[in-house]
Amino acid sequence: MTIASERLPVLAQAARRRVPLSVVLDRQSVFSWLMMALPLAFLAALVGYPFFYGILLSLEDRPVAHTGTFVGLKNFVTDAHDPIFWRAAINTFVYTGVATLLKMVGGLGLALAMNQHFRMKNLVRALLLLPFIVPTVLSTVAWLWMLDPAFSVVNRLLVTLGWPKPGPSWLGDPTLAMVSIIIINTWRGLPFYGITLLAGLQTVPAELYEAASIDGAGGWARFRFITLPLLRPIILIVTLFSVIFTFADFQLVYVLTHGGPANATQLFATYAFDIAMGAGQLGLGASVALAMLPALALLIVALTIYLRRE
Amino acid sequence: MVTGQGRIRQAVRVWLPVGFFLVVALFPFYWMAITSIKPNAELYNRNVMPLIVHAPTLKHYVDLLTQSSFLLWTWNTMLVAVVATAISLILGTMLAYPLARMRFAGASLITMTIAAIYLVPQPLLFIPLADVINRLNLGNTLTSVILTYPTMLVPFCAWLLLGYFKTVPKELEEAARIDGASRLQTMWTIFLPLCTPGFISAGIFAFTLSQNEFLYALIFLTKSSVRTVPVGVIAELIRGDVFYWGQLMAGALLGSIPVALIYSFFVEHYVAGLTAGSVKA
Repeated sequence: MTIASERLPVLAQAARRRVPLSVVLDRQSVFSWLMMALPLAFLAALVGYPFFYGILLSLEDRPVAHTGTFVGLKNFVTDAHDPIFWRAAINTFVYTGVATLLKMVGGLGLALAMNQHFRMKNLVRALLLLPFIVPTVLSTVAWLWMLDPAFSVVNRLLVTLGWPKPGPSWLGDPTLAMVSIIIINTWRGLPFYGITLLAGLQTVPAELYEAASIDGAGGWARFRFITLPLLRPIILIVTLFSVIFTFADFQLVYVLTHGGPANATQLFATYAFDIAMGAGQLGLGASVALAMLPALALLIVALTIYLRRE
Repeated sequence: MVTGQGRIRQAVRVWLPVGFFLVVALFPFYWMAITSIKPNAELYNRNVMPLIVHAPTLKHYVDLLTQSSFLLWTWNTMLVAVVATAISLILGTMLAYPLARMRFAGASLITMTIAAIYLVPQPLLFIPLADVINRLNLGNTLTSVILTYPTMLVPFCAWLLLGYFKTVPKELEEAARIDGASRLQTMWTIFLPLCTPGFISAGIFAFTLSQNEFLYALIFLTKSSVRTVPVGVIAELIRGDVFYWGQLMAGALLGSIPVALIYSFFVEHYVAGLTAGSVKA
Protein backbone atom coordinates (compact mmCIF):
# COMPACT_ATOMS: atom_id res chain seq x y z
CA MET A 1 0.00 0.00 0.00
CA THR A 2 2.73 2.43 1.03
CA ILE A 3 4.95 1.46 -1.84
CA ALA A 4 2.15 1.76 -4.35
CA SER A 5 1.14 5.20 -3.18
CA GLU A 6 4.73 6.40 -3.33
CA ARG A 7 5.04 5.28 -6.92
CA LEU A 8 1.68 6.53 -8.04
CA PRO A 9 1.09 9.79 -6.13
CA VAL A 10 -1.64 10.98 -8.47
CA LEU A 11 -3.67 7.82 -8.21
CA ALA A 12 -3.19 7.75 -4.46
CA GLN A 13 -4.51 11.27 -4.11
CA ALA A 14 -7.56 10.34 -6.12
CA ALA A 15 -8.04 7.34 -3.88
CA ARG A 16 -7.68 9.47 -0.74
CA ARG A 17 -10.31 11.88 -2.00
CA ARG A 18 -12.70 8.99 -2.27
CA VAL A 19 -12.24 7.86 1.33
CA PRO A 20 -15.78 7.89 2.70
CA LEU A 21 -16.60 10.26 5.53
CA SER A 22 -17.48 7.40 7.85
CA VAL A 23 -13.93 6.05 7.55
CA VAL A 24 -12.40 9.45 8.27
CA LEU A 25 -14.64 9.87 11.29
CA ASP A 26 -13.55 6.48 12.55
CA ARG A 27 -9.88 7.46 12.69
CA GLN A 28 -8.79 7.52 16.33
CA SER A 29 -7.55 11.11 16.25
CA VAL A 30 -10.55 12.50 14.33
CA PHE A 31 -13.05 10.65 16.52
CA SER A 32 -11.25 11.75 19.70
CA TRP A 33 -11.00 15.44 18.88
CA LEU A 34 -14.57 15.61 17.62
CA MET A 35 -15.77 13.93 20.79
CA MET A 36 -13.75 16.20 23.05
CA ALA A 37 -14.43 19.43 21.15
CA LEU A 38 -17.57 20.43 23.06
CA PRO A 39 -16.30 19.82 26.62
CA LEU A 40 -12.95 21.39 25.79
CA ALA A 41 -14.63 24.47 24.35
CA PHE A 42 -16.80 24.67 27.46
CA LEU A 43 -13.78 24.51 29.78
CA ALA A 44 -11.86 27.00 27.66
CA ALA A 45 -14.78 29.46 27.83
CA LEU A 46 -15.60 29.14 31.54
CA VAL A 47 -12.27 28.21 33.13
CA GLY A 48 -9.53 29.22 30.68
CA TYR A 49 -10.97 32.59 29.74
CA PRO A 50 -11.89 33.68 33.30
CA PHE A 51 -8.45 32.62 34.48
CA PHE A 52 -6.63 34.93 32.07
CA TYR A 53 -9.29 37.60 32.40
CA GLY A 54 -8.65 37.49 36.17
CA ILE A 55 -4.98 38.20 35.56
CA LEU A 56 -5.95 41.15 33.36
CA LEU A 57 -8.39 42.41 36.02
CA SER A 58 -5.67 42.32 38.66
CA LEU A 59 -3.75 44.84 36.55
CA GLU A 60 -6.69 47.23 36.35
CA ASP A 61 -8.37 49.74 38.56
CA ARG A 62 -11.83 48.35 38.09
CA PRO A 63 -14.71 49.50 40.32
CA VAL A 64 -17.81 47.35 39.89
CA ALA A 65 -20.12 48.52 37.03
CA HIS A 66 -17.39 50.79 35.60
CA THR A 67 -14.86 50.25 32.86
CA GLY A 68 -11.38 49.45 34.02
CA THR A 69 -8.18 51.44 33.55
CA PHE A 70 -4.85 49.71 33.23
CA VAL A 71 -2.65 50.45 36.24
CA GLY A 72 0.09 47.86 35.91
CA LEU A 73 1.20 46.30 39.19
CA LYS A 74 -0.34 49.03 41.35
CA ASN A 75 -2.85 46.64 42.94
CA PHE A 76 -0.10 44.28 44.01
CA VAL A 77 1.86 47.20 45.47
CA THR A 78 -1.27 48.19 47.40
CA ASP A 79 -1.53 44.61 48.69
CA ALA A 80 2.11 44.60 49.74
CA HIS A 81 1.49 47.69 51.89
CA ASP A 82 -1.76 46.39 53.34
CA PRO A 83 -1.34 44.87 56.83
CA ILE A 84 -4.66 43.00 56.48
CA PHE A 85 -3.36 41.35 53.32
CA TRP A 86 -0.34 40.03 55.24
CA ARG A 87 -2.56 38.99 58.10
CA ALA A 88 -4.68 37.02 55.62
CA ALA A 89 -1.55 35.46 54.12
CA ILE A 90 -0.22 34.32 57.50
CA ASN A 91 -3.68 33.11 58.56
CA THR A 92 -4.05 31.08 55.37
CA PHE A 93 -0.75 29.32 55.92
CA VAL A 94 -1.40 28.68 59.62
CA TYR A 95 -4.94 27.47 58.93
CA THR A 96 -3.78 25.14 56.16
CA GLY A 97 -0.73 23.86 58.03
CA VAL A 98 -2.31 23.15 61.40
CA ALA A 99 -5.58 21.77 60.03
CA THR A 100 -3.73 19.49 57.61
CA LEU A 101 -1.49 18.14 60.36
CA LEU A 102 -4.48 17.48 62.63
CA LYS A 103 -6.42 15.78 59.83
CA MET A 104 -3.46 13.64 58.86
CA VAL A 105 -2.68 12.43 62.40
CA GLY A 106 -6.34 12.09 63.39
CA GLY A 107 -7.21 10.42 60.09
CA LEU A 108 -4.45 7.87 60.57
CA GLY A 109 -5.74 7.21 64.08
CA LEU A 110 -9.27 6.77 62.75
CA ALA A 111 -8.07 4.42 60.02
CA LEU A 112 -6.11 2.29 62.50
CA ALA A 113 -9.08 2.15 64.88
CA MET A 114 -11.39 1.15 62.05
CA ASN A 115 -8.97 -1.45 60.69
CA GLN A 116 -10.03 -4.00 63.32
CA HIS A 117 -12.69 -6.66 63.17
CA PHE A 118 -15.96 -5.61 64.72
CA ARG A 119 -19.67 -5.73 64.06
CA MET A 120 -21.58 -3.01 62.18
CA LYS A 121 -18.33 -1.75 60.66
CA ASN A 122 -20.02 -0.61 57.45
CA LEU A 123 -22.65 1.32 59.36
CA VAL A 124 -19.99 2.98 61.51
CA ARG A 125 -17.99 3.90 58.41
CA ALA A 126 -21.07 5.42 56.78
CA LEU A 127 -21.87 7.46 59.90
CA LEU A 128 -18.29 8.67 60.27
CA LEU A 129 -18.34 10.09 56.75
CA LEU A 130 -21.38 12.28 57.45
CA PRO A 131 -19.41 15.43 58.37
CA PHE A 132 -17.66 15.19 55.02
CA ILE A 133 -20.76 14.78 52.85
CA VAL A 134 -23.25 17.16 54.49
CA PRO A 135 -23.13 20.62 52.84
CA THR A 136 -20.39 22.54 54.66
CA VAL A 137 -22.46 25.66 55.09
CA LEU A 138 -25.22 23.77 56.88
CA SER A 139 -22.96 21.91 59.30
CA THR A 140 -21.01 25.11 59.94
CA VAL A 141 -24.25 26.84 60.96
CA ALA A 142 -24.67 24.10 63.57
CA TRP A 143 -21.17 24.88 64.86
CA LEU A 144 -21.98 28.58 64.90
CA TRP A 145 -24.83 27.76 67.24
CA MET A 146 -22.72 25.38 69.31
CA LEU A 147 -20.21 28.21 69.85
CA ASP A 148 -22.85 30.93 70.36
CA PRO A 149 -21.63 33.59 72.83
CA ALA A 150 -24.72 33.28 75.05
CA PHE A 151 -25.95 29.73 74.65
CA SER A 152 -22.93 27.69 73.58
CA VAL A 153 -23.50 24.03 74.44
CA VAL A 154 -19.73 23.50 74.35
CA ASN A 155 -19.28 26.12 77.06
CA ARG A 156 -22.11 24.75 79.13
CA LEU A 157 -20.40 21.37 79.10
CA LEU A 158 -17.05 22.98 79.97
CA VAL A 159 -18.60 24.92 82.85
CA THR A 160 -20.21 21.73 84.15
CA LEU A 161 -16.75 20.18 84.08
CA GLY A 162 -15.43 23.03 86.22
CA TRP A 163 -14.34 25.70 83.73
CA PRO A 164 -14.88 29.21 85.18
CA LYS A 165 -18.06 30.88 83.91
CA PRO A 166 -18.98 31.94 81.25
CA GLY A 167 -16.40 29.84 79.37
CA PRO A 168 -14.18 30.82 76.45
CA SER A 169 -15.40 33.32 73.85
CA TRP A 170 -14.77 31.07 70.86
CA LEU A 171 -15.58 33.44 68.04
CA GLY A 172 -14.98 36.74 69.85
CA ASP A 173 -11.35 36.21 70.81
CA PRO A 174 -8.89 36.51 67.87
CA THR A 175 -6.79 33.48 68.81
CA LEU A 176 -9.75 31.31 69.78
CA ALA A 177 -11.55 32.24 66.54
CA MET A 178 -8.56 30.89 64.61
CA VAL A 179 -8.58 27.77 66.81
CA SER A 180 -12.31 27.36 66.13
CA ILE A 181 -12.07 27.49 62.34
CA ILE A 182 -9.15 25.03 62.44
CA ILE A 183 -11.07 22.61 64.66
CA ILE A 184 -14.18 22.73 62.48
CA ASN A 185 -12.18 22.30 59.29
CA THR A 186 -10.53 19.29 60.90
CA TRP A 187 -13.89 17.92 62.03
CA ARG A 188 -15.16 18.09 58.47
CA GLY A 189 -12.07 16.82 56.66
CA LEU A 190 -10.83 14.12 59.02
CA PRO A 191 -13.26 11.40 57.81
CA PHE A 192 -11.97 11.86 54.26
CA TYR A 193 -8.45 11.11 55.44
CA GLY A 194 -9.62 8.31 57.71
CA ILE A 195 -11.71 6.41 55.17
CA THR A 196 -9.18 6.82 52.37
CA LEU A 197 -6.34 5.65 54.56
CA LEU A 198 -8.50 2.79 55.81
CA ALA A 199 -8.93 1.61 52.22
CA GLY A 200 -5.15 1.78 51.91
CA LEU A 201 -4.60 -0.16 55.13
CA GLN A 202 -6.84 -2.93 53.88
CA THR A 203 -4.51 -3.51 50.93
CA VAL A 204 -1.54 -4.19 53.21
CA PRO A 205 -0.99 -7.98 53.12
CA ALA A 206 -1.47 -9.61 56.54
CA GLU A 207 1.54 -11.88 55.90
CA LEU A 208 3.86 -8.89 56.20
CA TYR A 209 2.70 -8.27 59.76
CA GLU A 210 2.87 -11.96 60.60
CA ALA A 211 6.41 -12.25 59.26
CA ALA A 212 7.47 -9.15 61.18
CA SER A 213 5.90 -10.48 64.39
CA ILE A 214 7.79 -13.76 64.01
CA ASP A 215 10.99 -11.73 63.61
CA GLY A 216 10.16 -10.10 66.92
CA ALA A 217 8.86 -6.71 65.75
CA GLY A 218 6.60 -4.95 68.25
CA GLY A 219 3.47 -2.92 67.49
CA TRP A 220 5.34 0.33 66.94
CA ALA A 221 7.99 -1.27 64.75
CA ARG A 222 5.32 -2.90 62.58
CA PHE A 223 3.58 0.44 62.19
CA ARG A 224 6.79 2.32 61.53
CA PHE A 225 8.39 -0.12 59.07
CA ILE A 226 5.39 -1.72 57.34
CA THR A 227 2.25 0.39 57.62
CA LEU A 228 3.75 3.84 57.12
CA PRO A 229 5.97 3.06 54.10
CA LEU A 230 3.12 1.24 52.33
CA LEU A 231 0.67 4.05 53.06
CA ARG A 232 3.05 6.79 51.98
CA PRO A 233 1.69 7.24 48.42
CA ILE A 234 -1.90 7.47 49.67
CA ILE A 235 -1.00 9.85 52.48
CA LEU A 236 0.79 12.02 49.96
CA ILE A 237 -2.12 12.22 47.52
CA VAL A 238 -4.79 12.77 50.16
CA THR A 239 -2.69 15.45 51.81
CA LEU A 240 -1.99 17.32 48.58
CA PHE A 241 -5.69 17.26 47.71
CA SER A 242 -6.75 18.50 51.09
CA VAL A 243 -4.02 21.16 51.26
CA ILE A 244 -5.21 22.66 47.98
CA PHE A 245 -8.81 22.92 49.09
CA THR A 246 -7.99 24.05 52.64
CA PHE A 247 -5.67 26.72 51.31
CA ALA A 248 -8.47 28.14 49.17
CA ASP A 249 -11.23 27.63 51.74
CA PHE A 250 -14.01 30.18 51.82
CA GLN A 251 -17.37 28.85 53.04
CA LEU A 252 -16.43 27.80 56.52
CA VAL A 253 -14.82 31.08 57.48
CA TYR A 254 -17.44 33.18 55.71
CA VAL A 255 -20.23 31.52 57.70
CA LEU A 256 -18.48 31.27 61.05
CA THR A 257 -16.60 34.55 61.45
CA HIS A 258 -16.75 36.54 58.18
CA GLY A 259 -13.00 36.86 58.65
CA GLY A 260 -13.44 38.52 62.05
CA PRO A 261 -13.02 39.49 64.78
CA ALA A 262 -11.00 42.40 63.35
CA ASN A 263 -9.65 40.29 60.45
CA ALA A 264 -8.20 37.71 62.86
CA THR A 265 -9.49 34.84 60.70
CA GLN A 266 -9.32 36.56 57.32
CA LEU A 267 -8.03 34.17 54.61
CA PHE A 268 -6.98 34.99 51.05
CA ALA A 269 -10.36 33.86 49.71
CA THR A 270 -12.51 35.73 52.23
CA TYR A 271 -10.42 38.89 51.93
CA ALA A 272 -10.61 38.80 48.13
CA PHE A 273 -14.38 38.39 48.47
CA ASP A 274 -14.65 41.35 50.86
CA ILE A 275 -12.69 43.64 48.55
CA ALA A 276 -14.34 42.53 45.31
CA MET A 277 -17.94 41.94 46.40
CA GLY A 278 -18.12 44.09 49.53
CA ALA A 279 -16.12 47.14 48.48
CA GLY A 280 -16.73 46.60 44.76
CA GLN A 281 -13.04 46.78 43.81
CA LEU A 282 -12.85 43.96 41.28
CA GLY A 283 -9.25 44.71 40.23
CA LEU A 284 -7.83 44.83 43.74
CA GLY A 285 -9.89 41.78 44.74
CA ALA A 286 -8.56 39.84 41.76
CA SER A 287 -5.02 40.71 42.82
CA VAL A 288 -5.64 39.31 46.32
CA ALA A 289 -7.12 36.10 44.84
CA LEU A 290 -4.15 35.80 42.48
CA ALA A 291 -1.77 36.06 45.41
CA MET A 292 -2.85 32.46 46.12
CA LEU A 293 -1.63 31.37 42.70
CA PRO A 294 2.12 30.77 43.29
CA ALA A 295 1.56 28.41 46.22
CA LEU A 296 -1.45 26.77 44.56
CA ALA A 297 0.34 26.36 41.23
CA LEU A 298 3.21 24.61 42.96
CA LEU A 299 0.81 22.20 44.68
CA ILE A 300 -1.27 21.62 41.57
CA VAL A 301 1.75 20.89 39.39
CA ALA A 302 3.15 18.53 42.02
CA LEU A 303 -0.10 16.64 42.34
CA THR A 304 -0.77 16.54 38.58
CA ILE A 305 2.67 15.07 37.91
CA TYR A 306 2.20 12.59 40.72
CA LEU A 307 -1.26 11.53 39.52
CA ARG A 308 0.07 11.08 36.01
CA ARG A 309 2.87 8.82 37.19
CA GLU A 310 0.20 6.32 38.13
CA MET B 1 -8.55 -18.94 72.26
CA VAL B 2 -10.66 -15.92 73.13
CA THR B 3 -11.29 -15.72 76.82
CA GLY B 4 -13.96 -13.57 78.44
CA GLN B 5 -11.34 -11.09 79.53
CA GLY B 6 -9.75 -11.05 76.10
CA ARG B 7 -13.08 -10.30 74.55
CA ILE B 8 -13.63 -7.36 76.87
CA ARG B 9 -10.17 -6.04 76.15
CA GLN B 10 -10.85 -6.42 72.42
CA ALA B 11 -14.15 -4.57 72.73
CA VAL B 12 -12.44 -1.75 74.61
CA ARG B 13 -9.71 -1.53 71.97
CA VAL B 14 -12.31 -1.21 69.22
CA TRP B 15 -15.04 0.82 70.79
CA LEU B 16 -13.06 3.28 72.87
CA PRO B 17 -11.41 4.98 69.88
CA VAL B 18 -14.23 4.29 67.40
CA GLY B 19 -16.80 5.51 69.91
CA PHE B 20 -14.82 8.69 70.45
CA PHE B 21 -14.68 9.42 66.73
CA LEU B 22 -18.39 8.62 66.38
CA VAL B 23 -19.41 10.99 69.18
CA VAL B 24 -17.29 13.84 67.81
CA ALA B 25 -18.48 13.28 64.23
CA LEU B 26 -22.17 13.01 65.07
CA PHE B 27 -22.69 15.42 67.96
CA PRO B 28 -23.21 18.51 65.75
CA PHE B 29 -25.96 16.64 63.89
CA TYR B 30 -27.55 15.56 67.15
CA TRP B 31 -27.42 19.15 68.32
CA MET B 32 -28.94 20.34 65.03
CA ALA B 33 -31.79 17.85 65.34
CA ILE B 34 -32.49 18.50 69.00
CA THR B 35 -32.41 22.29 68.60
CA SER B 36 -34.89 22.12 65.76
CA ILE B 37 -37.57 20.49 67.96
CA LYS B 38 -37.05 22.51 71.14
CA PRO B 39 -39.48 25.30 71.97
CA ASN B 40 -37.86 28.74 72.30
CA ALA B 41 -38.57 28.73 76.03
CA GLU B 42 -36.13 25.83 76.35
CA LEU B 43 -33.62 27.04 73.77
CA TYR B 44 -32.94 30.34 75.45
CA ASN B 45 -33.14 29.21 79.07
CA ARG B 46 -29.78 28.60 80.63
CA ASN B 47 -31.20 26.68 83.57
CA VAL B 48 -32.60 23.81 81.55
CA MET B 49 -30.42 20.77 80.96
CA PRO B 50 -29.60 21.24 77.23
CA LEU B 51 -28.78 17.76 75.98
CA ILE B 52 -32.36 16.45 75.87
CA VAL B 53 -35.70 17.85 74.76
CA HIS B 54 -38.31 18.35 77.45
CA ALA B 55 -41.28 19.45 75.37
CA PRO B 56 -40.67 18.66 71.68
CA THR B 57 -42.44 20.83 69.11
CA LEU B 58 -42.58 21.06 65.32
CA LYS B 59 -43.17 24.80 65.42
CA HIS B 60 -39.77 25.68 63.92
CA TYR B 61 -40.43 23.41 60.95
CA VAL B 62 -43.88 24.91 60.40
CA ASP B 63 -42.42 28.43 60.63
CA LEU B 64 -39.58 27.53 58.29
CA LEU B 65 -41.89 26.13 55.63
CA THR B 66 -44.54 28.85 55.90
CA GLN B 67 -42.54 32.01 56.65
CA SER B 68 -39.46 31.51 54.47
CA SER B 69 -38.97 30.40 50.88
CA PHE B 70 -37.31 27.20 52.03
CA LEU B 71 -39.35 24.90 49.78
CA LEU B 72 -38.54 27.05 46.77
CA TRP B 73 -34.84 27.02 47.66
CA THR B 74 -34.99 23.24 47.96
CA TRP B 75 -36.58 23.00 44.51
CA ASN B 76 -33.93 25.36 43.08
CA THR B 77 -31.13 23.36 44.67
CA MET B 78 -32.48 20.06 43.33
CA LEU B 79 -33.05 21.42 39.85
CA VAL B 80 -29.57 22.94 39.66
CA ALA B 81 -27.90 19.84 41.11
CA VAL B 82 -29.70 17.44 38.76
CA VAL B 83 -29.11 19.49 35.59
CA ALA B 84 -25.50 20.34 36.46
CA THR B 85 -24.81 16.69 37.28
CA ALA B 86 -26.36 15.51 33.99
CA ILE B 87 -24.36 18.04 31.96
CA SER B 88 -21.18 17.12 33.78
CA LEU B 89 -21.65 13.38 33.29
CA ILE B 90 -22.24 13.84 29.56
CA LEU B 91 -19.35 16.25 28.97
CA GLY B 92 -17.13 14.24 31.33
CA THR B 93 -17.82 11.05 29.35
CA MET B 94 -17.06 12.85 26.10
CA LEU B 95 -13.63 13.68 27.51
CA ALA B 96 -12.92 10.45 29.33
CA TYR B 97 -13.78 7.93 26.61
CA PRO B 98 -11.26 9.08 23.98
CA LEU B 99 -8.62 9.58 26.67
CA ALA B 100 -9.19 6.08 28.04
CA ARG B 101 -9.42 4.20 24.75
CA MET B 102 -7.91 6.10 21.81
CA ARG B 103 -4.29 6.73 20.94
CA PHE B 104 -3.73 10.19 19.52
CA ALA B 105 -1.21 12.99 19.73
CA GLY B 106 -1.88 15.32 22.62
CA ALA B 107 -3.80 12.81 24.75
CA SER B 108 -1.47 13.02 27.72
CA LEU B 109 -1.40 16.81 27.56
CA ILE B 110 -5.21 16.92 27.69
CA THR B 111 -5.26 14.44 30.58
CA MET B 112 -2.89 16.60 32.59
CA THR B 113 -4.80 19.76 31.75
CA ILE B 114 -8.01 18.20 33.02
CA ALA B 115 -6.36 17.08 36.25
CA ALA B 116 -4.97 20.58 36.72
CA ILE B 117 -8.35 22.25 36.05
CA TYR B 118 -9.99 19.93 38.53
CA LEU B 119 -7.59 21.20 41.17
CA VAL B 120 -8.16 24.91 40.48
CA PRO B 121 -10.25 26.09 43.42
CA GLN B 122 -13.20 28.44 42.91
CA PRO B 123 -11.79 31.40 44.88
CA LEU B 124 -9.23 31.80 42.11
CA LEU B 125 -11.95 32.27 39.49
CA PHE B 126 -14.98 33.82 41.16
CA ILE B 127 -14.20 37.49 40.56
CA PRO B 128 -13.66 37.27 36.78
CA LEU B 129 -16.54 34.78 36.53
CA ALA B 130 -18.85 37.20 38.33
CA ASP B 131 -18.03 39.79 35.69
CA VAL B 132 -18.58 37.29 32.87
CA ILE B 133 -21.98 36.30 34.30
CA ASN B 134 -22.93 39.96 34.60
CA ARG B 135 -21.98 40.69 31.01
CA LEU B 136 -24.02 37.70 29.86
CA ASN B 137 -26.95 39.14 31.83
CA LEU B 138 -27.28 35.89 33.76
CA GLY B 139 -27.22 37.40 37.25
CA ASN B 140 -30.08 36.09 39.43
CA THR B 141 -30.91 33.21 37.11
CA LEU B 142 -30.47 29.53 37.85
CA THR B 143 -28.70 29.32 34.48
CA SER B 144 -25.75 31.16 36.01
CA VAL B 145 -25.02 28.34 38.47
CA ILE B 146 -26.08 25.57 36.09
CA LEU B 147 -23.39 26.88 33.73
CA THR B 148 -20.69 27.46 36.32
CA TYR B 149 -21.00 24.35 38.51
CA PRO B 150 -19.88 22.10 35.63
CA THR B 151 -16.61 24.07 35.48
CA MET B 152 -15.58 22.10 38.55
CA LEU B 153 -17.75 19.01 37.96
CA VAL B 154 -16.72 18.23 34.34
CA PRO B 155 -13.00 17.81 35.09
CA PHE B 156 -13.94 15.88 38.21
CA CYS B 157 -16.31 13.48 36.39
CA ALA B 158 -13.85 13.12 33.51
CA TRP B 159 -11.08 12.21 35.93
CA LEU B 160 -13.15 9.70 37.88
CA LEU B 161 -14.65 8.13 34.73
CA LEU B 162 -11.25 7.93 33.06
CA GLY B 163 -10.06 5.76 35.91
CA TYR B 164 -13.18 3.63 35.73
CA PHE B 165 -13.17 3.27 31.93
CA LYS B 166 -9.63 1.92 32.01
CA THR B 167 -10.74 -0.99 34.22
CA VAL B 168 -13.39 -2.16 31.71
CA PRO B 169 -12.01 -4.96 29.48
CA LYS B 170 -11.58 -4.03 25.82
CA GLU B 171 -12.59 -7.37 24.26
CA LEU B 172 -16.26 -6.56 23.71
CA GLU B 173 -15.45 -3.33 21.94
CA GLU B 174 -12.85 -5.04 19.77
CA ALA B 175 -15.39 -7.68 18.80
CA ALA B 176 -17.93 -4.99 17.89
CA ARG B 177 -15.34 -3.19 15.78
CA ILE B 178 -14.53 -6.41 13.90
CA ASP B 179 -18.24 -6.84 13.27
CA GLY B 180 -18.18 -3.47 11.54
CA ALA B 181 -19.62 -1.13 14.18
CA SER B 182 -18.38 2.47 14.01
CA ARG B 183 -16.49 3.96 16.96
CA LEU B 184 -19.53 5.94 18.00
CA GLN B 185 -21.79 2.88 17.84
CA THR B 186 -19.26 0.86 19.81
CA MET B 187 -19.02 3.49 22.48
CA TRP B 188 -22.76 4.08 22.73
CA THR B 189 -24.21 0.57 22.49
CA ILE B 190 -21.39 -1.65 23.78
CA PHE B 191 -19.18 0.36 26.09
CA LEU B 192 -21.33 2.85 27.99
CA PRO B 193 -23.89 0.30 29.27
CA LEU B 194 -21.01 -1.53 30.94
CA CYS B 195 -20.09 1.55 32.94
CA THR B 196 -23.18 2.09 35.08
CA PRO B 197 -21.26 1.73 38.39
CA GLY B 198 -18.80 4.39 37.26
CA PHE B 199 -21.64 6.74 36.33
CA ILE B 200 -23.31 6.19 39.68
CA SER B 201 -20.10 7.02 41.58
CA ALA B 202 -19.40 10.12 39.50
CA GLY B 203 -23.06 11.15 39.61
CA ILE B 204 -23.30 10.93 43.41
CA PHE B 205 -20.16 12.99 43.82
CA ALA B 206 -21.27 15.59 41.32
CA PHE B 207 -24.70 15.81 42.95
CA THR B 208 -23.18 16.14 46.43
CA LEU B 209 -20.73 18.80 45.25
CA SER B 210 -23.56 20.75 43.60
CA GLN B 211 -25.58 20.69 46.80
CA ASN B 212 -22.52 21.78 48.73
CA GLU B 213 -21.56 24.67 46.44
CA PHE B 214 -21.78 28.06 48.11
CA LEU B 215 -19.48 30.71 46.66
CA TYR B 216 -20.91 30.97 43.13
CA ALA B 217 -24.46 30.72 44.42
CA LEU B 218 -23.76 33.45 46.97
CA ILE B 219 -22.43 35.82 44.34
CA PHE B 220 -24.75 35.10 41.41
CA LEU B 221 -28.04 34.59 43.26
CA THR B 222 -29.10 37.59 45.30
CA LYS B 223 -32.87 37.34 44.94
CA SER B 224 -34.77 35.09 47.33
CA SER B 225 -36.75 33.41 44.54
CA VAL B 226 -33.65 31.99 42.83
CA ARG B 227 -31.56 31.10 45.87
CA THR B 228 -30.29 27.63 46.75
CA VAL B 229 -30.62 26.19 50.26
CA PRO B 230 -27.11 27.01 51.58
CA VAL B 231 -27.31 30.63 50.41
CA GLY B 232 -30.94 31.07 51.47
CA VAL B 233 -30.22 29.72 54.94
CA ILE B 234 -27.20 31.99 55.44
CA ALA B 235 -28.62 35.10 53.82
CA GLU B 236 -32.21 35.03 55.03
CA LEU B 237 -32.54 32.91 58.15
CA ILE B 238 -29.79 34.79 59.95
CA ARG B 239 -31.40 38.19 60.40
CA GLY B 240 -29.13 40.85 61.81
CA ASP B 241 -28.05 40.09 65.34
CA VAL B 242 -31.12 38.06 66.20
CA PHE B 243 -30.73 34.40 65.42
CA TYR B 244 -33.69 32.21 64.79
CA TRP B 245 -31.79 29.14 65.90
CA GLY B 246 -34.74 26.76 65.90
CA GLN B 247 -35.62 27.60 62.31
CA LEU B 248 -31.97 27.72 61.28
CA MET B 249 -31.32 24.25 62.63
CA ALA B 250 -34.53 22.94 61.07
CA GLY B 251 -33.35 24.37 57.74
CA ALA B 252 -29.85 22.96 58.13
CA LEU B 253 -31.26 19.52 58.94
CA LEU B 254 -33.79 19.47 56.09
CA GLY B 255 -31.14 20.79 53.70
CA SER B 256 -28.80 17.95 54.64
CA ILE B 257 -31.38 15.20 54.19
CA PRO B 258 -31.31 14.86 50.36
CA VAL B 259 -27.55 14.38 50.31
CA ALA B 260 -27.61 12.06 53.31
CA LEU B 261 -30.41 9.94 51.74
CA ILE B 262 -28.68 9.54 48.39
CA TYR B 263 -25.44 8.85 50.19
CA SER B 264 -27.00 6.14 52.37
CA PHE B 265 -28.32 4.31 49.30
CA PHE B 266 -25.02 4.40 47.47
CA VAL B 267 -22.52 4.44 50.31
CA GLU B 268 -20.43 1.64 48.79
CA HIS B 269 -20.16 3.49 45.47
CA TYR B 270 -19.27 6.62 47.35
CA VAL B 271 -16.49 5.00 49.33
CA ALA B 272 -15.24 3.27 46.17
CA GLY B 273 -15.12 6.60 44.34
CA LEU B 274 -13.51 8.34 47.27
CA THR B 275 -10.70 5.86 47.41
CA ALA B 276 -10.41 5.14 43.67
CA GLY B 277 -7.87 7.85 42.95
CA SER B 278 -5.57 7.17 45.82
CA VAL B 279 -5.61 3.44 46.42
CA LYS B 280 -4.42 2.58 42.94
CA ALA B 281 -1.24 4.59 43.37
